[in-house]
Order: sequence, then C-alpha cells, then structure tokens
Amino acid sequence: MDGNKTRRFEALVLPHLDAAYNLARWLMHSDQDGEDVVQEACLRAFRFLDGLHGEKARPWLLAIVRNTAMSWIEDGRGSNATREYDEARHAEGHVEGPEALLSRKDQRGQVNTALKKLPVEFREVLVLREMEDLSYQEIANIAAIPIGTVMSRLSRARKEFAALLAKEDCNG
Amino acid sequence: MDDEGPEAARLGERIRREAAYHKAPAGLAARVLASLPEVPAAPARSPAWRWNPWGLASGLATAFALMLAVGVFVAMPGADERLAEDIVAAHVRSLMVDHAFDVASSDSHTVKPWFAGKLDYSPPVVDLAAQGFALVGGRLDYLDHRPVAALVYRHRQHLINLFILPAARNARPRALEQHGFHLASWDSGGMTWWAVSDLNAQELGQFRSALEKAAE
Repeated sequence: MDGNKTRRFEALVLPHLDAAYNLARWLMHSDQDGEDVVQEACLRAFRFLDGLHGEKARPWLLAIVRNTAMSWIEDGRGSNATREYDEARHAEGHVEGPEALLSRKDQRGQVNTALKKLPVEFREVLVLREMEDLSYQEIANIAAIPIGTVMSRLSRARKEFAALLAKEDCNG
Repeated sequence: MDDEGPEAARLGERIRREAAYHKAPAGLAARVLASLPEVPAAPARSPAWRWNPWGLASGLATAFALMLAVGVFVAMPGADERLAEDIVAAHVRSLMVDHAFDVASSDSHTVKPWFAGKLDYSPPVVDLAAQGFALVGGRLDYLDHRPVAALVYRHRQHLINLFILPAARNARPRALEQHGFHLASWDSGGMTWWAVSDLNAQELGQFRSALEKAAE
C-alpha cells in the first residue's frame, strides 16, 4: 500500500477537481461524458503524479483533462450528445430543441449557447483564459500549441463568439 | 483582459459573469478516489535496496553506513521526497530567520520537558557534546501535516536539525543529498528520525551513530 501517493493525490489534484470538471464539461457536451473524462484524467494524473515537480498542479491537471477529452472526441467516444453535437451544429436548417429556445430567454443562456456553438479549439482557449484565468504560456502548454497561436486563436475565438452572441441577441 | 483591448475585455467579462461554471458534481471526488489503483509496493524503490545482500535490520545499518561512505544517492518514492524537501526547507528557514530554537539549552532535561504539552508524543532528547555534537536547543516545527519536534545540534560551526516524528511507516534508512544539504533518515524506537545539515554525509553518519549509541 502506498498511502503517501494517495495523500499526495488528495493534496495536489483534488483541490482542482472543479476546474477539471468545468473544462471537461465544456469540451464534452454532456454531464456524463464530462464526468467520465475527469475520472479517466484523474487516473492518468495519479499514474503520472511522481512526474509533477515544482510546476503548478492546476494547469498540469488541466492539460491531462484536455488531452483525455480530445482523444475521446477524436475517437468518437462518449454519449450521443457529445458525438452528434458538432455534426448537428453544422447541419443545414437545424431545428433547435425546446431547451435551447427556452435558454434564449435570458442573457446567461445566450452566452452559454454561443460558447457551446464555438468549435472546440476556440471553446477550449476561451474557457482556459476567461474562466480559469490562465496565462498564454500555460494555455500554450495545455493545448500543445505555440504561444503566438494561443494569441491568434483567442482573438479569432472572441470574434466568432461575438458573432454568435450577436445572432443570439437577434434571435432572442 | 485589458491587454487585449476593450472589446476582448467586455467579452471576457460576459463569459466570466454569465457562462456556466460547471462545478464537479457531488460525489465525484469520492468516485475518483475509489477508482484509484491500490499501489501494491512503492514503485520507485531503488534496486540498491532490493538487491541488498545483507537482508534484515542489522544488515540495513551496515548498508546504510556503506552508502554514506561511498555517497550513494538513493532514489526515494515521491511522498518521501516531498517530505525531504519540506525538511530541507524547514532547516533553511530555521537558519534564515535566526529562529533555530524556541528553547535554548544544552541540557536535555530542560529541552525534553519543554515539548510536553506541545506534542502528543515524547521525543527522546540526548546531548552528544562528548561525541562532538552539542545540543543547543529545540523548537516546534510543522511537517507531514503535524507539529513535530526539532532538535538543534552544533558540530564545529555547522548546525544540524534533527526532526523526530512518530514512525508512520516502515521507513528504511536512507541518505540523500538535496540542494547541497545532506539528509539521513532512519526509524528507531518507534520514531522516524530525519537529520539535515550542510555537514558532509560521513559526519552526518557519525551523528546518527552517536545518537543510536546514546539511545541504547
């Protein structure tokens, strides 16, 4: 038994479980997939725990969550909600369900809907930057892209987000 | 984000204020912990120990002395490594803030009672002035999520911090070097002992031997 490793896991990883779940939930499109991704990511984090030295635990964990989520998306794993979302998003004449229509009613819903509709590579940088308040360098490490790409991607993500938001405002 | 223009700042503000922050569902932490594998044995055990030809306790002491002599670095499992880092930090802090001890005394009969009521265990306190390691005092420190006894010894111009904790696990004697400090750790008498100093490994080994002789 190595209770020390578990203790270290509890001290280093568990405090960031909310951040991990928030990122997973925003990358996947269902609660269940978000939770499953976090579970799998935490197992990986536990395995690699000895490799965590001196760096900050939160971006380190978020990188693992992000990679887990991306491989789920690439492999088409996860529930229908996650798998079909991106296809539905691009479908011509896509009719939104009552839930989406209902959420239009308030502003909060508009931001959530616009963010949800963003392509995943835009969504992830916005979530990391605005919700997790990470630096460009940290985002670059997590998303495995150069720092210049982080900046340009953030700027394009904001433009597209603003456009989607305007559309939502129009519809609402 | 004001470094990205007012429009970006406005959008960022809306996301922070209005977008759903999905907090981990209740019970997720417990489910995560329950899914962790039972780690059967310390994975990073050094082969030096596994192949140790001396076998049991008496042999370990010999091996320890030998390792000190040849200055072998023993790789340690993560948690102990972190404890070792904390111990070096505590040692450095005690020197930096000139707060090596709360009770200054070379008399073990003064230092030992000082800990009574401050700790839920009674650390053995011995003076080793005759062996060249003079007790200069003691203080409370905080390690491994608990208050612990720290004794301070002087050897020539060097200070040694000796941390004494109730033994929590079957730790093996080990010596290591971290950030230029030498550490020695061993279990005896139901306690885990950690000595840290800028003394060389050999002198730290002599300190340990002197302590163990005094305890007999």
